[in-house]
Amino acid sequence: MNSKSLKLIYNNSILGPIILFAVLFCIPLVSSSNYLFSILTMIGFYALVCIGLTTLTGYAGQISLGHAAFYGIGAYSSAVLTSTYGLNPWIAIIIGALISAVVALIVGIPTFKLKGYYLALATLGFGIIVYTLFKEFSSITGGSNGFFGIPPISLFGYEFITDKSYFYLIWVFVFFAILFTRNIIHSRIGRGLRSIEGSEIAADAVGVNLMNYKLQIFVLSAIFASVSGSLLAHYVSFINPDLFVANTSIFFLIMVIMGGKGNIWGSIVGAAMYVLLDEILKHYVPLLLPNVGGQFEIVFFGILLVLTLIYMPDGLVPRFEKLMSKFKKKTPTNGALQSTISVNATGGDNK
Amino acid sequence: MELLSQMMQLLFSGLTLGAIYALIAVGFVVIYNVTGILNFAQGEFAMLGALTCISLVNNNVPLWLAIILSIVIVAAIGGIFERTALHTARKSSVTTLIIITIGVSIVLRGAAILIWGTQVQTLPPFTDNTPITILDAVLLPQNIWAVGISIVILILMMYFFNYTFVGKSLTACVVNPFAARLMGINPEKMSLFAVIVSAGVGALAGTVIAPISGATYDMGMMLGIKAFVAAVIGGLTNAPAAIAGAFLIGILEAFTEGLWSSGLKDVVTFTFLLLILFVKPEGLFAKASGKRV
Repeated sequence: MNSKSLKLIYNNSILGPIILFAVLFCIPLVSSSNYLFSILTMIGFYALVCIGLTTLTGYAGQISLGHAAFYGIGAYSSAVLTSTYGLNPWIAIIIGALISAVVALIVGIPTFKLKGYYLALATLGFGIIVYTLFKEFSSITGGSNGFFGIPPISLFGYEFITDKSYFYLIWVFVFFAILFTRNIIHSRIGRGLRSIEGSEIAADAVGVNLMNYKLQIFVLSAIFASVSGSLLAHYVSFINPDLFVANTSIFFLIMVIMGGKGNIWGSIVGAAMYVLLDEILKHYVPLLLPNVGGQFEIVFFGILLVLTLIYMPDGLVPRFEKLMSKFKKKTPTNGALQSTISVNATGGDNK
Repeated sequence: MELLSQMMQLLFSGLTLGAIYALIAVGFVVIYNVTGILNFAQGEFAMLGALTCISLVNNNVPLWLAIILSIVIVAAIGGIFERTALHTARKSSVTTLIIITIGVSIVLRGAAILIWGTQVQTLPPFTDNTPITILDAVLLPQNIWAVGISIVILILMMYFFNYTFVGKSLTACVVNPFAARLMGINPEKMSLFAVIVSAGVGALAGTVIAPISGATYDMGMMLGIKAFVAAVIGGLTNAPAAIAGAFLIGILEAFTEGLWSSGLKDVVTFTFLLLILFVKPEGLFAKASGKRV
């Protein structure tokens, strides 16, 4: 077995996250542009959702077209609990996450018996149901008009109001989400998930409890999405159901795939690419085509998505890693990696 | 009498909706059975058909010619889509293929915004739209057109699949692709053909519904998902079952909207879908088979 290829996946060093965050937290020293911080904050929200989603899509190979629902459940829980019932935002975030976890568990048990297209359709249907409920239960959620006046979040008397302070807050969350997810991926659960992605039948045959693993990771990703949604609600102070339509779920998936599913760094790269492209397109396309309105930019994301899937189905980050390893004369092929992982997974579960 | 006429009214609109869903659902079934791919971009063909037809009519093309032209144009777009996206990625995993078709649907929707904008556009009814009253329920001729056209098309498709050479070749690919290949049928050509046919039928569905509910760039998504739901509820591998599913969903939606709440009709439809998926994933009307699940 190639120990170097193992190293690529079981890279336990904490150096990567620390360098990233050292760089990120140096940005305020160089720039104080609120626009920049608002963009970085947006990337943080999406990255938090995508880190959860990538464990589900990439590591476990399960599709979810309904993650905007959990994002929305988090946001609306925070909004209602803090504004209507006057709870502390931190408690609201935790309650929102608990609600999402319970919903994910209840929905997940029957849903993850399905595969492929049926799984995609079931999660899509779930997302549309939740979106419609946000819209229709207007006595609680404010309906299509949205929910106004969500209070800002505060810690030890310090209120997170400016873009800059929120930038710190969200990225601290992302940092811990990365550490937590890495630990999970490097544990027995992670190996089990990888084996499911490789072949469900083989994983089942060697005693991996498919349902348990899928459910655990689905609940975890729901919690991440929910926390991200809660933080978003406190950041923008106004939410409406349209933030959580089926398309949002699809765009989360696009971020995960563009960055590279099955790679935590991929989810951050994907989220960053999405937000930056969105800003660039919104700024420059109207200069070329002045009469265009609406979400015209989706056409570019669609093309990008299809091209990514056809020409580099692994996404950007794994492609980059491959290039790097070729450069260093290490060429672990994907197949070799996967077989290593499956062997590991079986080893782990027989213990 | 009051109640009866209300029921009739809801039944009419349910049948109209069902007819539209049926046309799109049949497209799903054809593509799925020939290629094994569920095409999430199916609803966008209806959107393209409707908007193309409206543009042609606005440029003084006679309505009937406009309908035919828009079907041809959308069928061609379907062909390009098959060659560029589906064919190139046909060896990918199911998850990848799902996301590719979603990607294509996003491209088509975005292109529609660039071409037609976001305003609702309307198409004149196919014929004089004086309401007909049956048992105090009002029936618009366009609704009759919708149901009539879809029934004719569905019968034509049955005939095509069972009694023509090309249709039988397609059916052969469904039953056993390997044996079909041994008989000299080219499954790749058939896949192209299947996508073209269902794109054309989808476009027709779009032109039929445009005079009833208008046409926008984002109409395709919900139409597609609902038709998809119909196909799954009926049974994905079986066209008549999918059609039955489509009418069931149409009627269910019309009655929910009329008797309870128009906002909650999506909740009812998708809850019904989830129940079916959890309890009887092979579909309500299909014979149980382990095929491609």
